[in-house]
Amino acid sequence: MELNTLLVGLAGVLAAAAPVLFAVIGETITERAGIINLSLNGTVLLAAMGGFTIAYKTGSVPLGFLAGMLIGAIVALVIAFSSITLKQSQVAVGFVLALACRDLAYFLGVPVLNQSGPRLPGWSIPVLKDIPVIGTLFFKQDLITYLSYLIIFLAWLWIFHTRPGLMLRGIGERPAAAFVRGANVNRMRYIYTIIGGAIAGLAGPAYSLSVKAGWMGTQSGLDGIGWIALSITIFGGWNPLRAAFGAYLFAFLQWLGLVLQSKLPGIPTQVLQVAPFPLMILTLLLVNISDAEWVSRMLAAMPERTRRALMKLLRALRASPPASLGVPFESE
Amino acid sequence: MKKNTWVNLGFQVGALVLALLITTLILVAAGAPPLKAYLSILSGAFGSTRNVVAVLITWSPLLLTTAGVLITFAAGLWNIGMEGQMTLGAIFATGMLRLFEHAALPPALIIILGILAGILGGAIWAALAGALKTFGGVNEIFGGLGLNFVATALTIYLVFGPWKRPGVGSMSGTQPFDQALWLPTLPGTELSIWSLVISVLVIALVYLLLRGTHFGLRLKAVGKNSKAAFLMGVPTWQYSMFAFLLCGAFAGLAGGIQVMGIYHRLLPNISNGYGFLGLLVAMLINYQALWAAPIAFLFAALNTGSVQLQIIYKLDSSFAGVLQDLLVLLVLLGEGARQRFIKKN
Repeated sequence: MELNTLLVGLAGVLAAAAPVLFAVIGETITERAGIINLSLNGTVLLAAMGGFTIAYKTGSVPLGFLAGMLIGAIVALVIAFSSITLKQSQVAVGFVLALACRDLAYFLGVPVLNQSGPRLPGWSIPVLKDIPVIGTLFFKQDLITYLSYLIIFLAWLWIFHTRPGLMLRGIGERPAAAFVRGANVNRMRYIYTIIGGAIAGLAGPAYSLSVKAGWMGTQSGLDGIGWIALSITIFGGWNPLRAAFGAYLFAFLQWLGLVLQSKLPGIPTQVLQVAPFPLMILTLLLVNISDAEWVSRMLAAMPERTRRALMKLLRALRASPPASLGVPFESE
Repeated sequence: MKKNTWVNLGFQVGALVLALLITTLILVAAGAPPLKAYLSILSGAFGSTRNVVAVLITWSPLLLTTAGVLITFAAGLWNIGMEGQMTLGAIFATGMLRLFEHAALPPALIIILGILAGILGGAIWAALAGALKTFGGVNEIFGGLGLNFVATALTIYLVFGPWKRPGVGSMSGTQPFDQALWLPTLPGTELSIWSLVISVLVIALVYLLLRGTHFGLRLKAVGKNSKAAFLMGVPTWQYSMFAFLLCGAFAGLAGGIQVMGIYHRLLPNISNGYGFLGLLVAMLINYQALWAAPIAFLFAALNTGSVQLQIIYKLDSSFAGVLQDLLVLLVLLGEGARQRFIKKN
């Protein structure tokens, strides 16, 4: 009985991680191509509101998901156009879009605020659901959660085990070399930014039509998730598998926080809710600190054995971005 | 040369018109009559002395955050953590006032101590983001954002915990201070001349600092090309750190003024988006301090005016944000289009 409660809780973690996963995988693909889509937080909020509104008006949940993807793709198109064609700062435009989409979501979301609408029904996978432990954990979810498992492996396969994936890594690492090999760098960056944006856009409806159905404006509990996803992308070292680990870890810790809360009544709800953010800073510190000069100086002063063990640890944690991330490409 | 001026103007006006066009469409989509909505924003901002005073009250902290972020932008840094720095300023100022509220000191001295505490609080929080960037390799955008959320949580913890009102804590904040400790305001209003004077002085100082001093020049060198500046003998990380400290100090000052001049207590969400808004203003004026005052005034007017919109048309007050964000976005895009146009011709 106790085990079953735990399993159901953990299954909830897998489902709750789906929005973060889509955002992280979308961003990973975009950044692999050398473009930073900093608008993620706004994109996810706008897609959540838009997806729910469309599903509410039409009664069709799939249309809601499509709307979310479309919104993500359109925002990404603006990023691509401004950074690739107009050569403006990706950070500046991304940041402004993050604010614009967020404000827009709250402004346009008023008519559907706190309305009850359709949601994605659960769908247990026959046969698989009857496997002990694993069945309860993985296969009594809904379609979007299954898709979230799938997208991790699809993205990983694409990036690391296909020819176009090799090219994708090339345009993010050394665009000039990829260009010489015949890649149309800027066109591919457009395409991957839009695809990445569409996947990240799925995060919105994955939340507003599945994890926590409905649109609750500023009370949705969704604000900030995009920033977390951006930092998990870094923590994930631009590798879908490691990024997925980060997303699940995040969802697990959030669930743990909720469980702990009932044991610690003295702490206001809002305080535990921000626990992910110091954690986010800490993880970024862990993956980046090996680059700091003082660390290497301190390491050099240490006894040989400690030094080697520490260096091994730091190297395992370390994550280097694609070499040309955020750098515009000129073909001449 | 002459032709370029017209081209520049054309692209800028084009961006403005396009931004207005899009926001008009958004208003239509939300079911509000656009022209009447714009007029109600205008009357909400300038319709009466009371409204103009409200605009000035908003203008003052916005000028301070804009001034701060102009410094960090000059150093090539994205200080998104200004919201948190402002919040810490508010917390520190509140703490100082609570400490000395019943002490036998002249109120003016306690007020000055409160302001100084606010400055210190903002600077400490900025130093944290700066240290994470300089010594930990954590991008200041993520460090700053994380610290923003932590600052908010800290406020809520204080308001509901150690600093709660006698009885139960609530979102309406801590117990108001003794009236003797309020920043003196114009009779019948909440407008503090002191806060206005300080804000204008600060933006003027930043203008002079960035324009006419050796320090400003070197700071900009660090921002443009940190490696080259380092090779030229500029102590780069010290300059970045100093930029963070200065920006945090201004943000903390803004937070302290909010607490002592306007709300007279600590509230959750005391920073109220001023940090982000300062970033937007700085981007819109293309990082030129000279334009900070009028554009910050325009943004303050939009914020104040859109409250009216909420009352009359039941529209969410985030509309001011939508308009401001789109304005900045289209001006950025317009600038890109202009550069592309000039390059092609």
